[in-house]
Amino acid sequence: MIARAHAWAENQLTKRDPYMVQRDNQTEGMILIDGNTAGALGSIYGGVSFAAWYPITPASSLPESLSEYLPQLRKEKDTGRATYAVVQAEDEIAAAGMTIGAGWMGARSMTATSGPGLSLMAEYVGLAFFVEVPIVIWDVQRMGPGTGLPTRTSQGDVMFVRYLGHGDTKHVMLFPATPAECFEFGWRAFDLAERLQTPVFVMSDLDLGMNYWMSDPFEYPEEPMDRGKVLDADDLEQIGTFGRYRDIEGDGIAYRTLPGNPHPLATWFARGTGHNENALYSERAEDWAGNMERLWRKLDTARDFVPRPVLFRQSGARIGLIGYGTTDPAIQEARDRLSAAGVPTNYLRLRSIPFTHDVRAFIEEHDEVYVIEMNTDGQMRQLLQLEVPEHAARLRSLSYNTGLPVSARWIVANVRPGKEG
Amino acid sequence: MATVTGTTLPRPANVNLVGLERTDYKGLPSTLCQGCGHNSISSQIIAACYEMSVAPERLVKFSGIGCSSKSPAYFLSRSFGFNGLHGRMPSLATGALLANRSMKGIGVSGDGDTASIGIGQFIHLLRRNVPLVYIVENNGVYGLTKGQFSATADKGAMLKKGEANPFHPVDICIEALAANCGFVARSFAGDPRQVKELIKAALSFEGTAVLDIISPCVTFNNRDESTKSYAWGKQHEDPIHDMTVIPIREEIEVELEPGEATTVEMHDGSRVVLKKLERQYDPTDRMAAVTLLEQARVNNELLTGLLYLNPTQPSLVDIGNLALTPLSELAEDVLRPAPATLELINAEFR
Repeated sequence: MIARAHAWAENQLTKRDPYMVQRDNQTEGMILIDGNTAGALGSIYGGVSFAAWYPITPASSLPESLSEYLPQLRKEKDTGRATYAVVQAEDEIAAAGMTIGAGWMGARSMTATSGPGLSLMAEYVGLAFFVEVPIVIWDVQRMGPGTGLPTRTSQGDVMFVRYLGHGDTKHVMLFPATPAECFEFGWRAFDLAERLQTPVFVMSDLDLGMNYWMSDPFEYPEEPMDRGKVLDADDLEQIGTFGRYRDIEGDGIAYRTLPGNPHPLATWFARGTGHNENALYSERAEDWAGNMERLWRKLDTARDFVPRPVLFRQSGARIGLIGYGTTDPAIQEARDRLSAAGVPTNYLRLRSIPFTHDVRAFIEEHDEVYVIEMNTDGQMRQLLQLEVPEHAARLRSLSYNTGLPVSARWIVANVRPGKEG
Repeated sequence: MATVTGTTLPRPANVNLVGLERTDYKGLPSTLCQGCGHNSISSQIIAACYEMSVAPERLVKFSGIGCSSKSPAYFLSRSFGFNGLHGRMPSLATGALLANRSMKGIGVSGDGDTASIGIGQFIHLLRRNVPLVYIVENNGVYGLTKGQFSATADKGAMLKKGEANPFHPVDICIEALAANCGFVARSFAGDPRQVKELIKAALSFEGTAVLDIISPCVTFNNRDESTKSYAWGKQHEDPIHDMTVIPIREEIEVELEPGEATTVEMHDGSRVVLKKLERQYDPTDRMAAVTLLEQARVNNELLTGLLYLNPTQPSLVDIGNLALTPLSELAEDVLRPAPATLELINAEFR
C-alpha cells in the first residue's frame, strides 16, 4: 500500500515548495524521557532506601517511577526482599514526617511533591532544618497560589522554598534543567543532604517533570557516596567525647551518631526545642545564638559543595543573562537571535542555592544582568539582589508567568540594553 | 493446679538478661508537676524495659508535643529519641521504624496530641500496623498551655476557669478498635502494676500496641468528679482480668486453677497470662470489646486491662517484605545498582 502510494505520488505530483527533508544525526545517542522518571532513577542510583509521598500533580509520577524501578534494581537476589520502602502516606504532613524519621535513622530518605503539598510540609521541614536531619525533597512546581493551575508550569516556589518554615530557616536548593540533570541531582542531592545534614530541595517543574525531552544519556556516578560526618562506636571509643551539635572543624557541620550505635556516648535526644551543643534543652541566650550562627556557617559551607553554574560566553558580550531550570532552551535560542541582531550575551545558568562565588563574579562583570524566570515577582532576582546588594540595580527582572513555558521571542523582545528595566 | 514457667539463666539478682540494672533505664529528672500521672507511667516504662531485658540501643523513643510528650526525656537515657511535632509522631515513627526494622519503638502521646490534632495520623498508624508501642497519657486536658479542654474531656466537665464542656468525648480505645488495631488496652496511672504488665505485653507485640492510660493532671483536671482524676479512678476502676507477662527465658511461676486463666504467646515468645476476675471476657473478640467499652461508659466505670488482642495481623515491616538488614545499615554496593544496569536503562529510553 505504502509502496503504491509512493509510486503514485512520484508520478502524479510536482514539487513546488522549497522545503527538503534530510537525515540528521543530532539526536544520535540521546534518550527520550521525562524529568520525573529521570529524577526517580537518579535517586535510585543515589541509594534511596526510603520514600514517602502523597499523590499530587505534577509530582506523582516521580514516586511512581520509584515504585516501578526499585523492584527491578533493589531487591535482594537470594531472598527477593526489598532493600527499600516506599509508603503512600495519608497526606503530605505524614509524608514529610516519615521521610524525616527515616533520615534521622540513617537511611537515604526522600519525598516528592508540589506547591500545596509543600505548604503542608512546612512545619516538619522547619523541624528537620533545626534538628539537622538529612532528607531530599523534590518540588515539581506548578502554578500557584491556591490550587492555582495544577496542570501548568511555573517557577513560583523559589522564594517560598528558600525560607520554608517559621522562624529563621534557609534551605539548600538545586535547579535541574534537563532530564540528565534530574538524574544527576537525584543522586547528588543525597550526598549533599548527608554532607550538610539538612533538607535539600530539588526544584523541578511541570514542564521538565511531566513532558518528554531529548536528553543526554544518564552518566553513572563516578564519585563514591558521601555519607557525611557520622561517628560509629569505634570512632567514639577513640575520641572519648561526643556532643551532637559541636562544631569541631569550624565549618558549621557537627558530627552525628545514628540510632542503634551501642556506645554509651552515642545517645542524643532529637528535639525541635532550643538545644545546646549536647542536644539538651536550653533557653540560654548564648546557646540559641551560637546554634543559629553555626547553622548559618553551615549554609556558607554549602557553597563549596553545591553544583556550580554553567557559563556560556559570546565574544564582545556586555550584557549578562541569568536563568535556571526549564527556561534554558528559550534562553539559548534567544541568545542566537540576539547575537544575530548584534547583541551578544553571556549567560549563566544557575544550578543551586546558596549561590557559589561564580555568581557574584558574573554580576560584577556586567553592567546589565537580566534574570529570566517564570514567576510574577522575579523571585530569583530578589534573592540575587540580597546576595549582591551593592549591585542590586544591575539586576533586571524578566518575569514571564502565564503557565506556559517562556519563549525565545518573548525574551528577545524584552532584552533592551540601556533601557530602564 | 497448672503451672506456667519460664526457663532459667543464672545471673546476679539485680541484673537483667542483657546485664543491666534497673537504674540503667532511668532518664533525666522529670520537670512535670509533682504527682502527675505521667511520672508514674515513666517509672513503669523503666520497670517494664528492665524486666523485659530490652537493650537500650535497640529501642527508640518518640513523642509529639504536650506534657506527655516531654516524658521520653525522663526514661531510658541510653536510648535514642525524637521529640517531633504536635500530633505528628506517628509518621516520624513510621519512617524511622521502617528504616531500621531491628529497633523497638515506644511512642508517648497525650489526649490532645492523639485525639485532637493527631487523630488522622493515629488512625493511619494503626491501619498500617507499624510496630510501635503507642502510649496515650490521657488526662482530658491541655496542661502545657494551662488548662483547655481536650477531645477526651468528659461531656459537662468543668475546668478551672468554670466553663462546661458541651461535646461528647473521643474514646481512644474505640477508635483503635475501629482502625483494626491488634492490641488495645486501657489502664490507670494509679494502678502501676497493671500499667507495667501491659507495657511488657505491648513490648512483645509486633504490630501497633495502643495503651490508653488515664493519667490524672493534678494541676488542671483532678476534681473528684472528673473521670480523669485519681479519686474517680480509684473508686471506679474495674480490671477485666489480672494480667501477668512472662518474658521469654524468664524464671517466673504463675499458679493457676485450671480454667481460670488464658495464656497467649506473643511474637517474641513471651507469654501473657490473663487471670479471670469476676466477669467472663474474651480479649480476642473485637465486637465484644466495643460493647464492653460502651457499657462501661454508660455505667460510669473505668474498665482496665487488655481489651483486645490479635497477634495474627502482619506488621508494616512484614507487608513491605523488607530485607533483614536494616535499610539504614545497607552498604554502598547494595544501595547503588551496578553500572551495567544503567546501560540497560539508557538503552530502554533510546
